[in-house]
Amino acid sequence: MTIKKVTQHPSQNEALIFERSQTGRIGYRLPKLDVDETSLDEILPAELRRDDDLAGVPEVSEVDVVRHFTRISTWNYSIDLGIYPLGSCTMKYNSRLNEKVARLPGFINLHPLAPEEESQGALELIYELQNDLSEITGLPGVTLQPAAGAQGEMTGVMLIRAFLDRRDGEASKDRRVMLIPDSAHGTNPASAALAGFTVKTIRSTDEGLTDLDHLRQVCNEGGVAGLMLTNPNTVGIFETNIREICDVVHQAGGLVYMDGANMNALVGVARPGDMGVDVIHLNLHKTFSTPHGGGGPGCGPCLCSAALAPFLPVPRVVKDGDAFRLDYDAPESIGRVKAFFGNFGMMIRALAYIDTHGAEGLKEVTEAAVLNARYLSHYLKDDFDKPYAADPMHEVVFSHKNQSKKGVHTLDIAKRLIDYGFHPMTIYFPLVVEGAMLIEPTESVGRADLDAFVEAMKDIDREAQENPQLVIDAPHSTRIGRLDEAAAARKPVLRWKPEEHAVGAS
Amino acid sequence: MRYIPNSPEERAEMLAAIGLKSADELFRSIPKDVQLGRALQITEPLSEPEVIGSLETLAAKNTAAAKPSFLGAGVYSHFSPTIVDHLIQRSEFFTSYTPYQPEISQGTLQYIFEFQTLICQLTGMEVANASMYDGSTAMAEAYLMAQRVTRRDKIIVADTVHPEYRAVARTYTQHGDAEIVPIGFDETTGRLGSLEGLDEKTAAVVIQSPNFFGCIEDVAAIAEQAHAVGSLLVVVVTEAISFGLLRSPGSCGADIVVGEGQSFGVPMSFGGPHVGLFATREKFVRQMPGRLCGIAYDKDGNRGFVLTLSTREQHIRREKATSNICTNQGLIALAATIYLETMGKKGIHEVAMQNAQKAAYASRKIAGTDGFEIAFSAPKFNEFVVRGRKPATEILRALRENAGIIGGLALSKYYPDRENDLLVCVTETNNRQQIDKLAEALIAANRR
Repeated sequence: MTIKKVTQHPSQNEALIFERSQTGRIGYRLPKLDVDETSLDEILPAELRRDDDLAGVPEVSEVDVVRHFTRISTWNYSIDLGIYPLGSCTMKYNSRLNEKVARLPGFINLHPLAPEEESQGALELIYELQNDLSEITGLPGVTLQPAAGAQGEMTGVMLIRAFLDRRDGEASKDRRVMLIPDSAHGTNPASAALAGFTVKTIRSTDEGLTDLDHLRQVCNEGGVAGLMLTNPNTVGIFETNIREICDVVHQAGGLVYMDGANMNALVGVARPGDMGVDVIHLNLHKTFSTPHGGGGPGCGPCLCSAALAPFLPVPRVVKDGDAFRLDYDAPESIGRVKAFFGNFGMMIRALAYIDTHGAEGLKEVTEAAVLNARYLSHYLKDDFDKPYAADPMHEVVFSHKNQSKKGVHTLDIAKRLIDYGFHPMTIYFPLVVEGAMLIEPTESVGRADLDAFVEAMKDIDREAQENPQLVIDAPHSTRIGRLDEAAAARKPVLRWKPEEHAVGAS
Repeated sequence: MRYIPNSPEERAEMLAAIGLKSADELFRSIPKDVQLGRALQITEPLSEPEVIGSLETLAAKNTAAAKPSFLGAGVYSHFSPTIVDHLIQRSEFFTSYTPYQPEISQGTLQYIFEFQTLICQLTGMEVANASMYDGSTAMAEAYLMAQRVTRRDKIIVADTVHPEYRAVARTYTQHGDAEIVPIGFDETTGRLGSLEGLDEKTAAVVIQSPNFFGCIEDVAAIAEQAHAVGSLLVVVVTEAISFGLLRSPGSCGADIVVGEGQSFGVPMSFGGPHVGLFATREKFVRQMPGRLCGIAYDKDGNRGFVLTLSTREQHIRREKATSNICTNQGLIALAATIYLETMGKKGIHEVAMQNAQKAAYASRKIAGTDGFEIAFSAPKFNEFVVRGRKPATEILRALRENAGIIGGLALSKYYPDRENDLLVCVTETNNRQQIDKLAEALIAANRR
């Protein structure tokens, strides 16, 4: 079966805006200048002014801009279109209600340096969200300042570093090893490096769990500052020995950081604080439904035990009687990680999400998310290699083992899924599974869509066995085929220049 | 719960289909002693009108949001064309993620490519990335990159760089080898003082222009001095509208330009989400942090876009990556892109002109009032320091109470010895009436 590419529709042929530009087109109108004008030379000497006439900046009408972005938008897959099962990304429904409330004039027109007494609503909102997240995680210390998960991680490991420096004094310099399982997100070691730690890798067992014996052995070698653990881990399995893992690290004098990327499996069911975890980050853009926006903005709150709380970033939002204020008085703080207070707009959306669900709704979400993943796991495991026997939580990992014999690899399966109308799963992560396909359906997918996804995967398996080339050449239905990424990296073209891409304006 | 498609009955059927009796059995792998076993102590579920109502109540308590304001200092009030917020709310943009699968993410990839191009055009640099969290973290990343590029560790940073940016950079560098050396400014001009400490161990000189006091630095002269000892020059821009009028940092010799793109049509939103800009020279591209989008072709020769040069990044290089950044500010970079394309060549220039003219008008007006002077003689863009005879905090309180105006920022918040200095910002959103009222209210505040 081959599908002929359709390239005739106008939305298939949208050029770069620079190629659309026509001298003299206008897309805006400002009010006329209403103050007495001075000669520009008096305000700004010529040598400080631009003299390039903003070369290359496009000239287009408002209509051009609307059509341009509407057309290119149709080239994107999105959650609003259907299942978007990127493992570890929690691509759940983003409610329009949250968008609406985040755009209230009292929020978007508020300057972060406005007087505290005239910003009480914003401070109260931060305070409320802090309390909710604290209850959800079972950890009392909290900052909402980090802009995304990776920054939350950096904040978390810096809290560990500050705690150890304080506890051990000079001797802290002999405790610089951060333990990270081989299945971890790449951001974990990168964040640990920023806090001055060196990384030692902990192996996983054949069951997909942290290898406790290896952990004990490495802890016995000394110098351990802490462990960064994702739970449920990145193969979607709950670390059943979590208490023991925490004990081993604590007995070695280290602390336990939990990567909260997978909290959608736990909210309302179990709390990191009750497991022995010392510090965690959350991704509001995953678990709490703030939109992923094509790659951000995120928001990566960091929560910690009382022992780590003195080191949290400044300023903190505190309640004084009935009023809220910013507290900068924290001499042991690691400092600021971001200007102002973080991605406030994301906090509004997350609070609206929490309030809409309430305690019972949040637990219902967790159950539905885990059920959906379990359901996919159940119906796919006969056709796709499932490297770990354990029941998955909110996401499940398969490998391409059954298909690669025919020359069909994970990448090919992913590309073929596109032809069936689905966004592929996360591929080649975690690294511990060869040809990994990590599937996280989230709670936002109905049974019929899950069944259709299962059907598509089974069809692709059949194709892989009977007509592998069809899968290897996929996708067949998209505007463009597979792009030569290796060539793109060898000779990178990272910006438009008129001479290199002279194409007639449309 | 209305966001969960499957009804409780359907979920019961699904549980049965996979051989489970109840939802509790889904969590058998979690030991009982770490299960919560009670309901979370948070609110009862609220209906849609109740959520709107409670957030409207909170929003209404932010009384500053509705007042004429002359606050700047890194976050600016600018007009944003209606289509900016409209277009970023298309499902295809705001409910998609990082373009891991280029064939069905070309919309996102193409706007990232356009964003990178626009930032290069404005900054006068050769390459720009897909965005950083904000200006402050972009600057911190510039410190780290300068150390990698030069294999030197001394970072000379001007006291007139945004104080919160400097605080963030301190946090980022506190466990590395960076030696951070502050340098002061000239009390008369408000510009950078002499570059003391600049030597062959210097990785970067870091300046902001227009600086925190609104003064425009002589970037070209500083670049020359930095380059003479093999140091990089990092230029920070917090007011991106200034690109429309000021000579680009790239054409003045900057090696890295970082900044805050909030001015490009993005609401102030109490400080975020905004968008960090990061641009540099082509020869340093492999030392850059963050995502990069580039052109690629399929086997039929069709042009498309992919994320590229990712061997710099954390998902491949792990602890040796150029940065830990993963999720950045995609949707805000889109807003900035739409803003810049809608305003276009003429609009970007005109809005910058209006800012400069209105600020010049305001500063003339205030300079003519008894008891106030404009501090610092250097040319300015849309911010300037007003020096009075009383503490600026007192003046600001009087402006709020008597005229309902947020008059600006008391510099003492960050510079405790500058008690009487008030940082005032005027943009195209401040009309003449507001400016005149500010000048009158200042006179009145001084009399009290």
